[in-house]
Amino acid sequence: MPDDLFNSFMTGPDENGRFGKFGGRFVSETLMPLILSLEAEYEKAKTDQSFWDEMDDLWTHYVGRPSPLYHAERLTEHLGGAKIYMKRDELNHTGAHKINNVLGQIILARRMGKTRIIAETGAGQHGVATATVCAKFGLKCVVYMGAHDVERQKPNVFRMRLLGAEVIPVTSGRGTLKDAMNDALRDWVTNVRDTFYCIGTVAGPHPYPAMVRDFQSIIGKEVRWQLAEAEGEGRLPDTVVAAIGGGSNAMGLFYPFLDDDEVNIIGVEAGGKGVNDKMEHCASLTGGRPGVLHGNRTYLLQDDDGQILEGFSISAGLDYPGIGPEHSWLHDVGRAQYVSITDKEALEAFQLCCTLEGIIPALEPSHALAHVTKIAPDLPADHVIVMNMCGRGDKDIFTVAAALGFEMEEKD
Amino acid sequence: MTRIDAKFATLRDTGKKAFVAYVMAGDPDFETSLEIVKGLPGAGVDIIELGLPFTDPMADGPTIQLAGQRALEGGMTLNRTLELARKFREDDDTTPIVMMGYYNPIYSRGVSTFLEQAKEAGIDGLIIVDLPPEEDDELCLPAQKAGLNFIRLATPTTDDARLPKVLENTSGFVYYVSITGITGSAEAQSADVGPEVARIKAGTNLPVIVGFGIKTPEQSRAIAEVADGSVVGSAIVDQIEKGKPVNEVLAFVKSLADGAHSA
Repeated sequence: MPDDLFNSFMTGPDENGRFGKFGGRFVSETLMPLILSLEAEYEKAKTDQSFWDEMDDLWTHYVGRPSPLYHAERLTEHLGGAKIYMKRDELNHTGAHKINNVLGQIILARRMGKTRIIAETGAGQHGVATATVCAKFGLKCVVYMGAHDVERQKPNVFRMRLLGAEVIPVTSGRGTLKDAMNDALRDWVTNVRDTFYCIGTVAGPHPYPAMVRDFQSIIGKEVRWQLAEAEGEGRLPDTVVAAIGGGSNAMGLFYPFLDDDEVNIIGVEAGGKGVNDKMEHCASLTGGRPGVLHGNRTYLLQDDDGQILEGFSISAGLDYPGIGPEHSWLHDVGRAQYVSITDKEALEAFQLCCTLEGIIPALEPSHALAHVTKIAPDLPADHVIVMNMCGRGDKDIFTVAAALGFEMEEKD
Repeated sequence: MTRIDAKFATLRDTGKKAFVAYVMAGDPDFETSLEIVKGLPGAGVDIIELGLPFTDPMADGPTIQLAGQRALEGGMTLNRTLELARKFREDDDTTPIVMMGYYNPIYSRGVSTFLEQAKEAGIDGLIIVDLPPEEDDELCLPAQKAGLNFIRLATPTTDDARLPKVLENTSGFVYYVSITGITGSAEAQSADVGPEVARIKAGTNLPVIVGFGIKTPEQSRAIAEVADGSVVGSAIVDQIEKGKPVNEVLAFVKSLADGAHSA
């Protein structure tokens, strides 16, 4: 760690919620007082040991943390280069990293006396995590989900309903994740007194990007000590890799390593059908430019007139035209490298992971894995890569079956 | 002094309340929209709020969202929105135009370029929903410097501690949002609005205009009685959505304006 705070990458955001020029609080006046009170409550909680004690207890006994750091031996052997570890956040309760953050926000909501929780969801993992924690605490839960995603993620829709949540299919706009977020914001602006908006990624107005990052940082913190246990005291990963939609699992893995210069940081965006002029992808950093949406300034997919474009990806969890503002900043200052992986490459990695490691990954981390398969062969055997296996693939089997031409009969 | 300041001075002298009408630029198409906008002053509209279409209007209800989509599908852009204002100005040099929308299309254009173009097109003020006082450096301060009014929204959640911050860099008028919610949703209650307007007026000499949830001539009158004027948007846009001919849309607007002016 550097002694000089001014050379640190870990001090953001500033008091205005900015990471460089990114971030901020671009919301309507109705929401502004709510965001300020959330910030005050979070600042209080951050230094309150009882808050973190409650989190730790739930992380251990409810979520099942720490998640294992797993040496993927056969994959390592197959690729014939770098030593590959997977951070197994897909083994968390509810099957993804999303619950790390949801627990934090719901505990905050309870401290603030809020009784109704709203959330947006794309693939449904954040919705399921939110519905789960709401069930545990007896809170009313409303999940906004794009009508298109409701169709392609049916198992998760049913899970949320089993857990007692109300799932509202969003048909406004084009009926995707960004529209679900719009409708969640519309709900919040209407039900300001009793409602807490539990955002699922490191985006939105300040303090959400920083708060969600802090809750997800448990991923990177565990990797630090787990790798030291496996590889020897003081050993850090040479490269960390994670998939990015909004970017919360990536921020959670990256953040604790930002000030370790020797750690190579790579974020993998969804390249869809390819990052080109047709914009059939979700790669905000590699194919977008800075703009303002959903409360923050960040890289966005947009046309020349500043109208927001729909992303495209086989993975509903990456299908978002923006990205967390801290990633935009890390991209611009060059601390992290961002690449993209196409649907086709992700599908290949998905299958490779199934047959070589006996792990059915979600399509989101399949993107990260696909990049690992590209870089690992050219790296030496003592180069350690840690990739974030941030979700399991049960929810995706219908999508993958369709893509591979395998007919799965759905009984009525 | 902008056209907005001049308009309120006139209204004050004649003891009249203001009626503000919102329409989406380019809804349902450029020509019809221009015809409606040109007809607004004749229907009694004191200030025109011209909606700048945006794909993700987070503070708007379904009516205005759909209007924006219709406009965008019809090829509406920031340039065409400015063009519409310019064409209106050919025949009318006094009725103020306030552009209302979201920040990204403006940010995408570049703030200083946009301000130059807006001023040249005859825009008098801006209401940008997703720019609270915390982001004043972005557009509010440059706009005022360029001679455009920056009209701020005050809401039921703007408490006494926060109100001075909201009023500080506001100019032209203050737009009080009568409900916690999106445009075109719950009905505004004049009994709730009156005390809130008084609270705001204690902190500013600017006129206070009330909008969100006003749909009928009666409501327009009731709200104008407790404020300096009323704004109607969704109810007018709803007429356009239903495909009503321009003269019927304007007749409806006139009934709303008469409501406010009878207060």
